[in-house]
Amino acid sequence: MLNQYETVFICTPVLSEPQVKEAVKKFRDIIASHGGDMIHEESWGMKKLAYPIQKKSTGFYHMFEFKADPSLIAKVETEFRRDERIIRFMTVKLDKYAVEYSTKRKRLQKEKTEKKED
Amino acid sequence: MAQGSEIRYLTPPSVEIKKKKYCRFKKNGIKYVDYKDPEFLKKFLNEQGKILPRRITGTSLKYQRKVGQAIKRARQIALLPFVTDMMK
Repeated sequence: MLNQYETVFICTPVLSEPQVKEAVKKFRDIIASHGGDMIHEESWGMKKLAYPIQKKSTGFYHMFEFKADPSLIAKVETEFRRDERIIRFMTVKLDKYAVEYSTKRKRLQKEKTEKKED
Repeated sequence: MAQGSEIRYLTPPSVEIKKKKYCRFKKNGIKYVDYKDPEFLKKFLNEQGKILPRRITGTSLKYQRKVGQAIKRARQIALLPFVTDMMK
């Protein structure tokens, strides 16, 4: 059975831009290698945290949206826990309304970027 | 001397017109409360970052639960603070 999930995670601000990309790539590969199907990906860039985590007040936010078997989540989360570059992560299962909302959100974002290009 | 039965007040009593509260989710047809949008969720918090009760926001029970869930998720990923002062 496949479910749709959404993972938001925060990388430490001590990393450089390519190092963040590398960390993101690692998790993308982990999801792909365990049979997850990536739907959407978003990088929010460096953001200020609402409260300090591990004495850091900023972090690189990144979001994955993917379809996967429930058994994959535990594996991915262990990897997140093991990785010192990740200071916080959260995986959320999307229900039908959430899926609807996220497709709408993606469409709006797409339109926005297309407008910018024009 | 003012005469007659007319009662005079020093400060005129304010006649409050009660504005009917409504659930903004039901009215606007919002089905999902997004935890990734802290600016929207701030409407349901007080200055200390606490969740406002339903009797103030007017949200229906079904969506109040979803708002609460979304705010708690947003706190988890540091989009909203657990405790703060003077948020607004």
